[in-house]
Amino acid sequence: MDVSVQLLLFLILFPLITAFFMLAVRRDYERRWIVKISALLIGAVTVLLLVTQFDKGTVYYGFNAEAVNQLMFVLEMAISLLILWFAVRYRNYLVMALTIAETALIIWFEAASTPAVLVTSPLFIDQFSIIMALIVGIIGSLICVYSLGYMRHFYLNHTGIPDRTNTFFLVIFVFISAMFGLVFSNSLVWVFFFWEVTTLCSFLLIGFTKTEEATKNAFTALWMNLLGGIAFAAAIVYLTYQPAGMLGLDQVLVSGKALILIPAALVGFAGLTKAAQMPFSSWLVGAMVAPTPVSALLHSSTMVKAGVYILVRFAPIFQGTVIGYTLAFVGAFTFLIASGIAISQTNAKRVLAYSTIANLGLVTACAGIGTAEAIWAAILLIIFHAISKSLMFLSVGTVEHRIRSREIEDMNGLIVRMPRIAAMMVIGIAGMFLAPFGMLISKWAAIQAFIDAPFGLVFVVILIFGSALTLFFWAKWMGKLLVITPNVENVEGLVDKNEWIALVSLAGLTTVTAFIFPVISSVLIEPFLRANYGSVALLSQDNIIIMVMMLFLIVLLPLSILLPHRKHRNLPPYMGGVATTPDMHFQNALGAKTEMKLANYYVGPWFGEPRLARAGVWLCTAFIVIMFAAAVVGGGFL
Amino acid sequence: MISLAGAVAFILLAPVVGGLIAGIDRKVTAHMQGRVGPSILQPFYDVGKLFEKEDAVVNETQRFYVLSYFIFAIFTGALFFAGGNLLLVIFALTLAEVFLVLGAYAANSPYSHIGAERELLQIMAYEPMFLLAAVGMYVVTQSFNVSDIAGFPELVFVLLPGVFLGFVYILTIKLRKSPFDISTSHHAHQEIVKGVTTEFSGPALGFIELAHWYEVVFLLGFVYLFFAASPVIGIIAIIIVYLLELAIDNTNARVKWQLAVKSSWAVALVLGAANIAVLYLLGRV
Repeated sequence: MDVSVQLLLFLILFPLITAFFMLAVRRDYERRWIVKISALLIGAVTVLLLVTQFDKGTVYYGFNAEAVNQLMFVLEMAISLLILWFAVRYRNYLVMALTIAETALIIWFEAASTPAVLVTSPLFIDQFSIIMALIVGIIGSLICVYSLGYMRHFYLNHTGIPDRTNTFFLVIFVFISAMFGLVFSNSLVWVFFFWEVTTLCSFLLIGFTKTEEATKNAFTALWMNLLGGIAFAAAIVYLTYQPAGMLGLDQVLVSGKALILIPAALVGFAGLTKAAQMPFSSWLVGAMVAPTPVSALLHSSTMVKAGVYILVRFAPIFQGTVIGYTLAFVGAFTFLIASGIAISQTNAKRVLAYSTIANLGLVTACAGIGTAEAIWAAILLIIFHAISKSLMFLSVGTVEHRIRSREIEDMNGLIVRMPRIAAMMVIGIAGMFLAPFGMLISKWAAIQAFIDAPFGLVFVVILIFGSALTLFFWAKWMGKLLVITPNVENVEGLVDKNEWIALVSLAGLTTVTAFIFPVISSVLIEPFLRANYGSVALLSQDNIIIMVMMLFLIVLLPLSILLPHRKHRNLPPYMGGVATTPDMHFQNALGAKTEMKLANYYVGPWFGEPRLARAGVWLCTAFIVIMFAAAVVGGGFL
Repeated sequence: MISLAGAVAFILLAPVVGGLIAGIDRKVTAHMQGRVGPSILQPFYDVGKLFEKEDAVVNETQRFYVLSYFIFAIFTGALFFAGGNLLLVIFALTLAEVFLVLGAYAANSPYSHIGAERELLQIMAYEPMFLLAAVGMYVVTQSFNVSDIAGFPELVFVLLPGVFLGFVYILTIKLRKSPFDISTSHHAHQEIVKGVTTEFSGPALGFIELAHWYEVVFLLGFVYLFFAASPVIGIIAIIIVYLLELAIDNTNARVKWQLAVKSSWAVALVLGAANIAVLYLLGRV
């Protein structure tokens, strides 16, 4: 067997082995070592894959997979039964109905067994798969390592509930395995199988704490993703009845557009649900009830990234079609509206959630536009977002355990109380919206891509307004962290070593990727685009040099604090002449002692969640309806 | 493409030009108000004096933010006059502004805190129009590079009158002129003391003032870009625009931030986006 296919199979199967070990271990240190070694191995093998495969182009692995197909069918039935069991137990009729509908579609497809079913090469690898594998392998592994510290704290804080750490890690490793399977599968049937596994895993993880709220939100996530699953299954059934064998990604992408508009719309819809685009964004916000590493995992390297992954894969089909444009509108409006809602959120994790939804919207918009330049921007967004967002979530998780709060207002002056973690968060936030860090480079690329696309102006305008909103909520959060409050102790104490490993690595990655993104682009993204589009998008050399200059300035400027400077005098802040104690207490007009407190603007009347979310749901639903109408009309008569 | 000479010239000359503009500004404003006003060189004396003052800070991190603001304000203009990418120029400007805002936050002072919030709202207000101006120039000249736009043979203004008006509208915010001097003001009638700059004094305030001069020269350079095909018209346009801003400054009371944000966005859509949309329709259909 070829070395690369061995690596591939290792990445898919090895996490499963670790997962089974999790069933067996009892002692904490055993678990710690198994998780650490597995994480290290997974990360190392993804890097090995990069080193050995980056210049090989697209490679398909053909073999007779009949046995695997049957095993997958059996497992799919088992998943359906498991979900059905949960639905019955919690009396959730919607999930019951959706599961039955989906299972019926799967059985229909299995029974049909037309010639189309045969996919000669079920597995494949190309540069985009490698990028996704790196995201899953490196960031996913770091989140696992972080979880070791987090879960111990978690059970110290939640003593009332039974310790289910083993289950936690088991599900997470199955999740990682499914993500690897998803990005390496050429057969759409296989993609669908792994797709369903991620749905199940996210359901289990969101409901992990088994509180009433967690269970409710887990079911919300479940029914929305099942809806997407049904659409995906319907697409597969549709393709089964096409003349040519079209169940491989390679075959779908080279077939004529008219033939596959309907399945493309269905897969696009499935992508929207998994990528938490409006009107399906509420599941990702609800998923916040889960332990923080789960949020990090769902938001950065897995789950939602599966949604945008499939959209980017199908982008050549979307390009220039009504389906593509409606998808792009859903994404663009989700970006605009979610960015607005993020301004009004006071809870740090909700801000992060809405920012994720917004950024996935931008990726969706790029995928819907589907030109080479847009896909270049989309892949950059996927990479940079994964890194910065996981860093932000993990930092918030650590802070939460210290200050027992997720409120941004409670993070006032964090740089004094917990300087090192606050620094991590500042790097993360800078990575999300400031030049010359990753997300801003990607937005720049997106503007460039939209402006050159037909009808692109509309998207440019939405993007410009959306990023102005983004700037406001990130900058005010950053400001809150950097307030220098007087007379406050450093309470950072000893942060768990495993948490530190993850935080420092991610902060390092945020900075390093901004430096080396031209290399990432030329080694991985551009060959992928050349293979799929024939043309390549480029930033000119001058601009890259200028950005590296800016980055050096930003890295060096904090050192200016060390420079020798003139003798200075420290004065208290101006309080309008009122006598104020050093800890910022003063006597108010009625003679009472009052503490000076500062709070950020949240502009509720403009950006309140209920109002904006309702508008987004209606708007995006309308576009989805148009998308299906166009698919039926165009697909039926072209 | 990148001209180092342009960047160096900007770094050396902009403080002189910016200071003179500030001096003329004060003289003209004084005349509008029926006063004689100070000497045109007064801003130089003022800033010089700031640097002689005692270095008093609320906390030591302020120095870092001011320095970063100063350096990136210069960087922005230098990149512009070197002929660099217009989007990158705007991103660099945002970065500079964010450093100023962070410095205001760090002071933990009620007045500078409100100033910082308002400054962010102002950035949110002007940025869409600013970027649309760059997009408009791209649609006309097919390039984001200032060098290419400046070398475009025709007046960009002719095709982008709406974008130009929109830009002049947000220029009021950037120049910190009434009715949009919401986060801080050159006039002594600000209800939040000096807003975003309240807690900066002495040399730190001197650097902020210098950075503002650099910004003013860059912004007027942006105005010139609309007329770059004809330098004479360009210079006249700069003079007219600046005098117009002064007239607006002296005849308007400060508005609430809500109006500033709403009207700037409306202008960006109605004048900016609509103008570019018309170009699209004329050019591509």
